[in-house]
Amino acid sequence: MLETARQYRRCKKSPVEKTRAFLEKIRSDTFNAFITVDEAGALQGAQVAEELLKSPDAGALAGIPVAIKDNICTRGVRTTCASKILSGFVPTYDATVVKKLKEQGAVILGKTNLDEFAMGSTTTSSIAGPTRNPRDPSRTPGGSSGGSGAAVAAGLCAGALGSDTGGSIRMPASFCGITGLKPTYGSVSRYGLVAFASSLDQIGPMAPTARDAAVLFDAIKGYDPLDSTSVPRDYGPTDLDGIDLKGLRIGVPEEFFGEGLNQEVKAAVQSGIAVLEDMGGRIVEVGLPHAGYGVAVFYIVATAEASSNLARYDGVRYGLRVQDPLDLGDMYARTRATGFGPEVKRRIMLGTYVLSAGYYDAYYRKASQVRTLIAEDFRSAFSRCDIIAGPTTPVTAFRLDEMIDDPLSLYLLDIYTIPANLAGLPALSMPCGFDSLGLPVGMQLMAPHFREDLLLGAGISFQDRTAYHQEGS
Amino acid sequence: MKITDGEVLHVAALARIRLDNSEARGLRSDLDKILGYMDILAAVDTTGVNPTHHPLPLVNAMRDDREQGCQDLADVLRNAPQHEDGYIAVPRVI
Repeated sequence: MLETARQYRRCKKSPVEKTRAFLEKIRSDTFNAFITVDEAGALQGAQVAEELLKSPDAGALAGIPVAIKDNICTRGVRTTCASKILSGFVPTYDATVVKKLKEQGAVILGKTNLDEFAMGSTTTSSIAGPTRNPRDPSRTPGGSSGGSGAAVAAGLCAGALGSDTGGSIRMPASFCGITGLKPTYGSVSRYGLVAFASSLDQIGPMAPTARDAAVLFDAIKGYDPLDSTSVPRDYGPTDLDGIDLKGLRIGVPEEFFGEGLNQEVKAAVQSGIAVLEDMGGRIVEVGLPHAGYGVAVFYIVATAEASSNLARYDGVRYGLRVQDPLDLGDMYARTRATGFGPEVKRRIMLGTYVLSAGYYDAYYRKASQVRTLIAEDFRSAFSRCDIIAGPTTPVTAFRLDEMIDDPLSLYLLDIYTIPANLAGLPALSMPCGFDSLGLPVGMQLMAPHFREDLLLGAGISFQDRTAYHQEGS
Repeated sequence: MKITDGEVLHVAALARIRLDNSEARGLRSDLDKILGYMDILAAVDTTGVNPTHHPLPLVNAMRDDREQGCQDLADVLRNAPQHEDGYIAVPRVI
């Protein structure tokens, strides 16, 4: 991304040329990374960028072609959430992140595939069909931002935006061998992000390197009055030179290295942590005793919020409406039966159940209390360390034909990513090695609220020292 | 058994999703397994612990009560499955 920006400034390449080259590559994409490609809009954006670049004040993103997950609204370009229920929906406004990218001259190539409504970890439950992992097309790219992950890994865009509710940026980043950041809750506007679980959802960057992720993050972060959970504060730029790791206290929680973690993933993550130590980091043992309850808490809280958020898909104002309804109730019930896929229905049902009379205290209230304990674990861990390091996922990318038809086993893949969402913390995944099949392994770094500078800084310094982010791509 | 067939149909009615019999059976078995897993939370002592509904201690976000622009009606109606005279049309309610 930064190299392209330099080429533009030396007039070696132009945004229109570069955009044409990406569009050409997308046309022969065999991974099914995109749901919608906006060729006309992209070329128009590239022309605007050429004008912008005539000014010495043009930012790093001017003329850079990027892709947007298809649950983020784009004015005039259909936004599907990979769901039949949004058929025909064309947003009348840009999400704040899209508006910001456009203002800085970024070129929007199109909209990337996802699990329906971002509910999944495989990018298979999509009306557009499954996305394949560019590292091995017989395997899943992870999910739910698997289209963005695959597009970045296959070089179909310079960078992309994803969304992360329980790991949906970090898991595909890990499976596809790229860098992904889930920012602090409240640091990136959610205005125009189709809501799944509002107390957990965050938009974030996915890119080939931590440096590129930092450029994208700097472009989209900041206070937005249109998002009532946006946090007003000074958001300074990220130092793209990285940070000195000398003396940085790196917390390693034993709970992240126990049962269920694949041994090859464990070895790669430990070697990644050893590199950080070698660069001057100081390893500190920390405990996150309640982290193991994260999956149970998440699938109560997230589905409860989803059952409420997805009530808006009723066939009235936009999207699908069934033909010849008997009455309003019949229209709602049949539209939702036809429009939602099985996983979305499962989660709406679960969320409705845990909020229903007689079960609220046992499930929703209990889960919200355990959520407090998980957040307190982090507060106490961060009194002893600056960042926390561990695996992003317990396994590497698995084969699409070996996919287990059991929702609960898929939920358990989120075990290491969910805690950061529950506590609202920033977390980064970056490549730290490979398994014996040559599939990438992701290392996850977590930091206190608003300390993305530590995550991106450590990521940049780590990648200046290692080549995992370049290998195999 | 955590959840009965009757409860599945009751929840589906609350969620306004029509289920056919085979879907209802599948969901009962899936939800049963998932809710069974949630039992691990019973082991956590949460006496006196306040629930967290939001990860940051933000209070209400208010803005000045001033008129602002809004979306164009024609744009918005283009997304509606059915509309008449500038209104979104639905089946007869009364």
